[in-house]
Amino acid sequence: MAEADIAAALRTFLPEDCVLSREEERRPYECDGLTVFRQLPGVVVLPRTEQQLQQVLLTCSRLKVPVVARGAGTGLSGGSTPHAQGVLLSCARLNRILEIDAHERIARLEPGVPNLRVSEAAAVHGLYYAPDPSSQVACSIGGNVAENSGGVHCLKYGLTVHNVLGVRGYTMEGEPLELGGRAPDGPGLDLLALAIGSEGLLMIVTEVTVRLIPRGPGLDLLALAIGSEGLLMIVTEVTVRLIPRPPCAQLVMASFADVHSAGTAVAAVIAGGIIPAALEMMDRKATAAVEPFAHAGYDLSAAAILLIEADGTPEEVADQVREIEQVLRSAGASTLRVSGSEAERLRWWSGRKNAFPAAGRLSPDYYCMDGTIPRRHVGEVLQAIERMEARYALHCMNVFHAGDGNLHPVILFDANDHDSWERAERFGAEILELCVQLGGTITGEHGVGVEKLNSMCVQFSPAERAAFAAVKEAFDPAGLLNPGKLIPTLARCAEYGRMRVHHGALPHADLPRF
Amino acid sequence: MAATADAVLAELRERVSAAHRTRQALRLKGSGTKDFYGESLAGEVLELRAHQGIVDYEPSELVITARCGTPLSQIEAALAAHGQFLAFEPPAFGADPSLGGVIAAGLSGPRRVYAGAARDFVLGARLLTANGELLRFGGQVMKNVAGFDVSRLLCGSLGILGVITEVSLKVLPRPRAEQTVRLELTAAAAVESFNRWSALGLPISGGAWWQGSAWVRLSGAPPAVRSAREGIGGEAIDAASAQAWWDALRHCQLPLFDSRLIWRLSLPGAAPPLSLPGEPLIDWGGALRWYADPAADADVRAVASAAGGTALCWRGAAPAGRFHPLPPVLARLHRRLKERFDPHGIFNPGRLLAGL
Repeated sequence: MAEADIAAALRTFLPEDCVLSREEERRPYECDGLTVFRQLPGVVVLPRTEQQLQQVLLTCSRLKVPVVARGAGTGLSGGSTPHAQGVLLSCARLNRILEIDAHERIARLEPGVPNLRVSEAAAVHGLYYAPDPSSQVACSIGGNVAENSGGVHCLKYGLTVHNVLGVRGYTMEGEPLELGGRAPDGPGLDLLALAIGSEGLLMIVTEVTVRLIPRGPGLDLLALAIGSEGLLMIVTEVTVRLIPRPPCAQLVMASFADVHSAGTAVAAVIAGGIIPAALEMMDRKATAAVEPFAHAGYDLSAAAILLIEADGTPEEVADQVREIEQVLRSAGASTLRVSGSEAERLRWWSGRKNAFPAAGRLSPDYYCMDGTIPRRHVGEVLQAIERMEARYALHCMNVFHAGDGNLHPVILFDANDHDSWERAERFGAEILELCVQLGGTITGEHGVGVEKLNSMCVQFSPAERAAFAAVKEAFDPAGLLNPGKLIPTLARCAEYGRMRVHHGALPHADLPRF
Repeated sequence: MAATADAVLAELRERVSAAHRTRQALRLKGSGTKDFYGESLAGEVLELRAHQGIVDYEPSELVITARCGTPLSQIEAALAAHGQFLAFEPPAFGADPSLGGVIAAGLSGPRRVYAGAARDFVLGARLLTANGELLRFGGQVMKNVAGFDVSRLLCGSLGILGVITEVSLKVLPRPRAEQTVRLELTAAAAVESFNRWSALGLPISGGAWWQGSAWVRLSGAPPAVRSAREGIGGEAIDAASAQAWWDALRHCQLPLFDSRLIWRLSLPGAAPPLSLPGEPLIDWGGALRWYADPAADADVRAVASAAGGTALCWRGAAPAGRFHPLPPVLARLHRRLKERFDPHGIFNPGRLLAGL
């Protein structure tokens, strides 16, 4: 169906300003946070109400037009890359906070509400929403649900899937759907778990109910988000859990002379029975990149630094900081500092939070990877990445949610040089294959989208990919919702298999086998 | 041992493939301690207990991986040796349940609303499908968003999608300090207090009410537990008595569970008292309420729905099935998923949903 006809069909029930069909209006939607993948959408719609959104789905379903949902467009895996002949459904105008119940500690939200705004709105009740992705100023709750987003505090407070109590929304066929809710553990299969992180392939969410947690006066709002990549449904409401903000937080910063001992120290902290609020690692390349403009005060002589945060009551924090210091000292930390003030704590965090912008200063473009590995392999992986840098003739700096084993290698390249991008892409794919080999996964929190379709062929067998396709069919038999994302086709995997063999008989021939 | 496990698994695959070919219904059985749970039992028994053993446990990774037939007691003992535990406190009914049954049922104990449910701790699972294929979903890492979250979908699926042959769970260190206090409160005041204390950030890990007494369990760093205990007041319970109370609650061993008819209501955490006759046993800080032998004319399901929750008939005959009925759209999604994972309907037919 021609794009003009789709737009005309949508204008029969949508106001003029809700349908964008001129090229210059559609252009801003051609990519999400992963800008190397671009595709001009056929039509862009921005419904103002849930009813309008349902009408869009009914119309597209009838006309067999693909629909791709989009939140704030901050995703890092191309999960909301548009479809050329399809409708790009922006949830940006569905951005009301529907309810905050401070006593029950929950919030009901429309999908377009920015993550950080939930915590801001809950602050008067001493509550906040825990998941804090780095993009939390901009990223939306609906996008967080689609991607099962994480953040720096998930070791202790969990991912989006642990903090969303329920979602309401529509199937591609326009049927209303309510999964989970304020009452825990309802009857039947846990379809909520399936919808979260489904990358927009299963449903469209129109309401999200989240859990809020208590928070103290001292804690800054670091980034938070769930991960179905918009494949299952369009979320129109999300209910989230709000938690009390801890009354106090302190940050320990430790330097290590080599990455291996930093990795060992991370394992020692966890083995010691400590669950810190955050446990982050940066290698020397990362600290060197951020220090000149963040002035965080990092030890630039260290091969790696660890940032470990304790939160809770002042007594609890003092106890935990003491324990952390002890463990780090016996793990061989060369220097050890504890934040003496809130300003210092935030300054140390600012460096970590600005790692990606810093990469942008060093290089025209950067490519952020998102593999996860069992923590004990950290040292090995960082050394393997160093060898790959030489092989691909590209630099890579490493920031790392060490507590969760979630790596963010940032590969620096130049998008104007096609060969440079191709090398970056292969470099990234090789890191992910290594993660799979070590018992980890190709994506910890950014999602598969279009970016990691090839790597899905490596992590999952044909039968496993068929199971994903079966789930997709159950929710969206016509295959119109965010098609082409998350699940690679058989043909694609066959092609990728041939290519990998072509580039070398065995991947990572330089590595010992496990 | 590994060879034995492989042999057991090969035999299971053979049995399942044969059943798929001949359209023979299978009734998946671990320890059989939860035979009472679900709509109905049907099919030839497929014993899974023999596929047992801990496959991998690295305390510093906070992950344990074990085969489905592994007794829960063995897993808990291995974790306890390293000061760790399963924070969702799975209930055990009578004999020692198997890990596969624990995950297939997806039931959680008193820490459910504070630490998370069984599904929140599932990191990965292996699934033996109807056509005899062995699939792996999730993994052994905390963060993993590759593909749909099928391993969490399996938690609570009562085996209708396939045989869960292996599970990886996140485990946690045992809290440094724990203190239980008891207060004399009405049910309404107890639920109000549990919610208020949680909103203040007190380290609560259990909130229950029974026969005029509210039981509050505090867990965490010693200073936090101490100051919360002072703030809450009430009578401090010694460790042994506290353990006995929380165990009896977790494993459904209080006298209420001797009743003929028992309803289990799941509700929004701050739901006010319900208009049902008799006093409930309250757990999960108010989100779980048990009622024994309600009057014959009490419409428990309607009351639960009106309060924003659902009602499960735990014991005795319910008018329309054990589980709260699903809305039609959800029931259809269940049917479509079942058809795709198990086209001939051989796994635990009718156990989760009548006719499925």
